[in-house]
Amino acid sequence: MFRPEDYDIPNADIAWCPGCGNFGIIRALKMALAQLNLPPSKVVIVSGIGQAAKMPQYVKAHMFNGLHGRSLPAAVAIKMVNPQLVVIAESGDGCTYAEGGNHFIHTIRRNPDITNIVHNNQIYGLTKGQASPTTPRGQTTTLQIDGVYVDPFNPIAVAVALDASFVARTFVGYLDLTVEIFKQAIQHKGYALVDVFQPCVTFNKVNTYEWYKQNTYILPEDYDPTDRDRAFKIATDTKKYALGVIYKNPNKPIFEEQLVAYKVDETPIAYRGLKV
Amino acid sequence: MNEVSVVISGAAGQGIQAVEHLLSNVVKDSDLYVFATKEYMSRVRGGNNSTTLRISCKPVYANIDRIDLLLVLNENAIERHRWRMTTSTIVLGEEKFVKDETNHVVVEFSKIAESFGNRIYANSVATGVLAGIMELNIDALKKNIEQYFVKKGNEVINANVSAALKGYELGRKLGLKLELKKCEEVRKKNLLNGSMAVALGAVAGGCNFVSSYPMSPSTAVFTELAKMSKTHGILVEQAEDEIAAANMVIAAWYAGARGLVTTSGGGFALMCEAISLAGMIETPIVVHLGQRPGPATGLPTRTEQADLNLVLYAGHGEFPRVIYAPGSIEEAYELTAKAFNVADKFQIPVFVLTDQYLLDSYYLVDDLPKMDIERHIVKTDANYRRYTVTEDGISPRGIPGYGEGLVRVDSDEHDEFGHITESSSVRKAMVEKRLRKMNKIIQEALPPKLSGPKDYEVLIVSWGSTYLIVEEALQSFLNHKIAHLHFSQVYPIHPSAKEYFEKAKRVIFIEQNATGQFANLVQQTFLIDTSERILKYDGYAYSVEQIAKAIRERLGV
Repeated sequence: MFRPEDYDIPNADIAWCPGCGNFGIIRALKMALAQLNLPPSKVVIVSGIGQAAKMPQYVKAHMFNGLHGRSLPAAVAIKMVNPQLVVIAESGDGCTYAEGGNHFIHTIRRNPDITNIVHNNQIYGLTKGQASPTTPRGQTTTLQIDGVYVDPFNPIAVAVALDASFVARTFVGYLDLTVEIFKQAIQHKGYALVDVFQPCVTFNKVNTYEWYKQNTYILPEDYDPTDRDRAFKIATDTKKYALGVIYKNPNKPIFEEQLVAYKVDETPIAYRGLKV
Repeated sequence: MNEVSVVISGAAGQGIQAVEHLLSNVVKDSDLYVFATKEYMSRVRGGNNSTTLRISCKPVYANIDRIDLLLVLNENAIERHRWRMTTSTIVLGEEKFVKDETNHVVVEFSKIAESFGNRIYANSVATGVLAGIMELNIDALKKNIEQYFVKKGNEVINANVSAALKGYELGRKLGLKLELKKCEEVRKKNLLNGSMAVALGAVAGGCNFVSSYPMSPSTAVFTELAKMSKTHGILVEQAEDEIAAANMVIAAWYAGARGLVTTSGGGFALMCEAISLAGMIETPIVVHLGQRPGPATGLPTRTEQADLNLVLYAGHGEFPRVIYAPGSIEEAYELTAKAFNVADKFQIPVFVLTDQYLLDSYYLVDDLPKMDIERHIVKTDANYRRYTVTEDGISPRGIPGYGEGLVRVDSDEHDEFGHITESSSVRKAMVEKRLRKMNKIIQEALPPKLSGPKDYEVLIVSWGSTYLIVEEALQSFLNHKIAHLHFSQVYPIHPSAKEYFEKAKRVIFIEQNATGQFANLVQQTFLIDTSERILKYDGYAYSVEQIAKAIRERLGV
């Protein structure tokens, strides 16, 4: 059995601010990987750019730390070439929903068996405090000096609208919930979105730990995530944000299983022609 | 007769491509050489498109202007080609289209087609007429028509065959005396175009992953690979945009595939950041770029050689790369295959630079050679470091799940483990390591090919797809001391090129762009005068006649 510390990178020089929500996410991810007993050599963490995207730098596993916004195309391709790997695409709200918006849409359409963890702190941290796609209307920032005057992007509603096969949201302040959702997302066969609320203690003085506690609620045990209409209602209700598995469609075909190259031979493309 | 140049001209959607395909194959099956190239407008219906077919008892490989036989399918089919016509050009078509031409022959294609049940059979009639005029093999005509319509059911097949045979009979009766001497060596050859050659080359080079976004003129490579995906085990994905496509291909290489992206200049513009990523994470990528005239959308269906600078300078930062520019269909095959081995060996981006002219041109080639697939993947151990600093700059490349090691690649500057670093000494060592690969890359570059007299005084320099056009043009200068130097690797340039330039009294560059991009690169590389240039940038392919005329004017001979 693996322990969370088995995924530690010795002497990692962690670049996050003290109190950053990313610390909770990395802890939850290592706990989830350990509880699922996944060897580091089986896991690939793919990320873009930003503070959230530094995640794989500090997790002992395979790493593809690519370009800003491009974690999903890379993750999809890795899963195509070697379906035996556990592929986790992980980046921030700017990377995933702004720079990578088109890939977000089309990856959901494909439904590859990957997990997409989005660190949603509703602000741009690494570039010092500009609005992100999820910054609420009216919030002033270092750049939007009179306040944001466009509507925020709603990733959960978009994912449900696109009939994503697994849509969840969690808040890093609730560690157990986050670990549980990460585990379910990784185990889910198909594309799994986990939008994680995480405070940026340096640049976002509005969406704090306290704010998230006040403005979120956990879905009840008896909630049925397969009811799409209800899920969509919950997703579009922004007065209070739901936490938990909001929507699930277990009947969607898996992208890589439909690839012509695997119809005749199931050997991963990665291993063909190699002495395995 | 040694050669007939046939041009088929009509509106988009009238089936010119069908006639081109059918006639090329009937010609080949009749033991004759064929070269075919098309020019077309960026529209699905209307306008005017044409195909030029050279049919000969001797090998033919290049585009010419001369038209012996012009087959017209609609009212605007003649004017665009008037400048190519001579006093002996025969114009063939329905009366309403050709009646004003001095040298015309009337064939009522549509009426004949209708007599077999549908106007749509006019293409089969046209193919039949042309086959009849040149006394091509009637069984070959039947066979190719049957094959072409095989999915349409017996009724359609039979109607088309009957229509074609009727056309054949008419064609023979016209008495145009365009019969050609046959040559059996053609039987061993295969009809191929540039797109098919690139796709087959990719497969021969072990390509098993392709992700792209459709863009003329590069799309046919994508569709050809899709057709082969089942038999050859190729993962194919039409990406949402070129950004995704290029990032997917790089990540596919990272995971252990051999990936290709096929695009054109405008699509490649979106891939520049990915090229830089490949440079930094030292993960291979093979890019096929079918050039067309820019800037911006430019002339979507035309041809040009103006994206050399784009691929040469694509990607921020400094890192090695290789650029091939095949001069023939055979080279398109071989260099695409080679691109995979070179990309794998040096862990760099490798470009195959073609253009609409090469991709859309067909001619007969011998059986393509089998290419070796060189894989450079190591099985990792627990202490594996992705970016081990080595003498030649190449770090052993592992893939996730093959061996015990972890494969960690990072687009930030990184240390040997792949972890972010801001250490100036590590940065310096890594920059030098990446650039050190260039030493071997240059050693292994393809030297330019010289043809013509060794004691030349004038050196004509070409690169990429103009090779065979220049070769044929120079046939009319055999008594002059003119040689031809062709580059199918344009970057890095093999050092041996310098001697060729220094030996010449005059060096003239022929390029299909407005600024002489390759001439500028040669000037910068060898510090020699490259100011004599023959340039064309009207979007249309060079022809043998145009190049011969331009050289004649330059040399005053």
